[in-house]
Amino acid sequence: MTGRLSWARLLLYVTLVIVAAIYLTPIYMTVITALKNPADINLSTAWQLPSRLNWGSFSQAYAKLGPNFLNSIILAVSATVLSSVMGSLNGYVFSKWRFRGNDLVFTLLLFGMFIPYQIILIPLFQTLRQMHLYGGLPGLILAHVVYGLPITTLIFRNFYSQIPSSLTESAQIDGAGFFKLYLRVIFPLSIPGFVVTFIWQFTQIWNEFLWGITLTKYAANPITVGLAQLAGGEAVSWNLPMAGSIIAAVPVLLIYILMGRYFIRGLLAGSVKG
Amino acid sequence: MHLTRDRIIAFAVLLPSLVLIGIFVYGFIGQTIYISLTDWGRGAALAEHPQMHLIGFDNYKELFTGFLHARFRQDLVNAFFYTASLVIGSLALGLFLAILLDRQPRGEGLFRTLFLYPMSLSFVVTGTIWRWLLAPEGGINVLPTFVGLPAVQFRWISSRDQVLTFDWQSLPAITAILVAAVLIFLAWRTWRAGHRRRTLATVAPAVLLILWAVFGQRLVPQMLPIPERHGFNLATIGVIIAAIWQFSGYTMALYLAGLRGISEGLHEAARLDGATEFQYYLRVAVPILKPITLSAVIILAHTSLKMFALIFAMAGPDNASTGHPAVLMYLTTFRGNKFALGAAIAVILFLLVALFIIPYLVSSYREQRRRAS
Repeated sequence: MTGRLSWARLLLYVTLVIVAAIYLTPIYMTVITALKNPADINLSTAWQLPSRLNWGSFSQAYAKLGPNFLNSIILAVSATVLSSVMGSLNGYVFSKWRFRGNDLVFTLLLFGMFIPYQIILIPLFQTLRQMHLYGGLPGLILAHVVYGLPITTLIFRNFYSQIPSSLTESAQIDGAGFFKLYLRVIFPLSIPGFVVTFIWQFTQIWNEFLWGITLTKYAANPITVGLAQLAGGEAVSWNLPMAGSIIAAVPVLLIYILMGRYFIRGLLAGSVKG
Repeated sequence: MHLTRDRIIAFAVLLPSLVLIGIFVYGFIGQTIYISLTDWGRGAALAEHPQMHLIGFDNYKELFTGFLHARFRQDLVNAFFYTASLVIGSLALGLFLAILLDRQPRGEGLFRTLFLYPMSLSFVVTGTIWRWLLAPEGGINVLPTFVGLPAVQFRWISSRDQVLTFDWQSLPAITAILVAAVLIFLAWRTWRAGHRRRTLATVAPAVLLILWAVFGQRLVPQMLPIPERHGFNLATIGVIIAAIWQFSGYTMALYLAGLRGISEGLHEAARLDGATEFQYYLRVAVPILKPITLSAVIILAHTSLKMFALIFAMAGPDNASTGHPAVLMYLTTFRGNKFALGAAIAVILFLLVALFIIPYLVSSYREQRRRAS
């Protein structure tokens, strides 16, 4: 390697480390603030490490956020599973049982993923009230399943269109019908597709806030609403909101760190043309 | 015979989803548009079957010209600046990071993970954390004191200062000049491509628009009784920084996937032609990545036009300086019980998003048709 080149490499590494430090700064601040005693938190010493570790903030924050955390688990798990199963069947139809107007119907379905949800919020609110689902978790689950269908269908359709048709055709010649073909051939190959949709949907639903705050009453508030209430208001001692943020972030961060590859695939699926 | 039965089953499996999307997306959009044309919100708004009367476009007229709705107009201006800054900031930073990682440094996977993790967080978490980081007398503002400089005094999310202000009345003229600028740019491109007649056809409307903007102002009816200044609220900078922190990793991931898709041969050819690495990225890679840039612009613009949770958690819904139509829609509808007015704000937001999304979906539909045939 020439000297000039290694200078360029050095510059590259220095830049990368500086940028990485900037990206990590919010986490650093969050963790040290969460671990401080409320009395030790003031603006001038905000950047210093805590003199004594105080783990109490986490149990205090969890005492407030616990029910919300549980709500979000129920909400995210059930809506994720339902919308993924439906999306898998839809994707199977769109890729292997193409019909006249197939692409048009698919595009119309996809539109549902790009609307700002404010445009459907008032009728959704009214409809859930009329169905007596307003305020509780079932209504919120219903909303997340329905509006999750476009993205789950998209992911599975793209995933299944990579399965060679020779595979499905030979199964059909052997007499496999619609469901047999799905169960014998398609479903066993779907595991990576399900991992991508599970991760994507779980993260999205876990992080959602607008419906949480407009469609649920106090007892059914998801974690994001709980955190916003914990952190809202003027006279907050910052250790609690920071500990709460960590609690709210840990499930999705864990998924991201452990299964980042699949998370990125979901991310790209939503933005690269079908 | 067997196949026909299976085709019916296939359609029956799809049907529930189609019905649900038909009602929850298209039906609800229609209903919101209808509500926006009524007066729902005048007393007993929360009744299960509230009283509504059609009143035409009065709600829209109120929002754009009503004395009481200056906040909506400022929010619209904010939405423009939020969107422009988020799109430009995330694209530039994302491309920069992608190019750094494309140099294949050691620990690339770790850096990628670090740049992208904010994307997995909730807006509420991001907002809460950044509110603390941007606290007026702490956080980022005291960092310069560690190297002996004076602390920054800027109030990131509560500043009341405004720059680039303009009178609401001149909005049509400003729009005309912006459109004319785009047309002139297009004309310049057709001129260089050698289409003289098409150039003229593009320049003519641009000149007309400019003439109208300069001389035809009196022809526009006065929208507001008194001049009303709007502009770029400096308090939005804090929210913009947090949003770019969250989304730049996303554009990085998109661009990195794109850069990795470019064949090594092309890179080699550019090198042999004597291009420096910088020239390779500028002249070869970025033009190839254009479809990715387009996708990213659409996703980012659409995200920023519905940005609710971040502003709510970071600045609070009542902070007028950082306002956004998405937040105002929530306040108007669910706090003020003015459902019709809230619906009108939602429709305006929807139209703004549709401006980006519909051309995108149409082109992707055409592409699918091409591939299928």
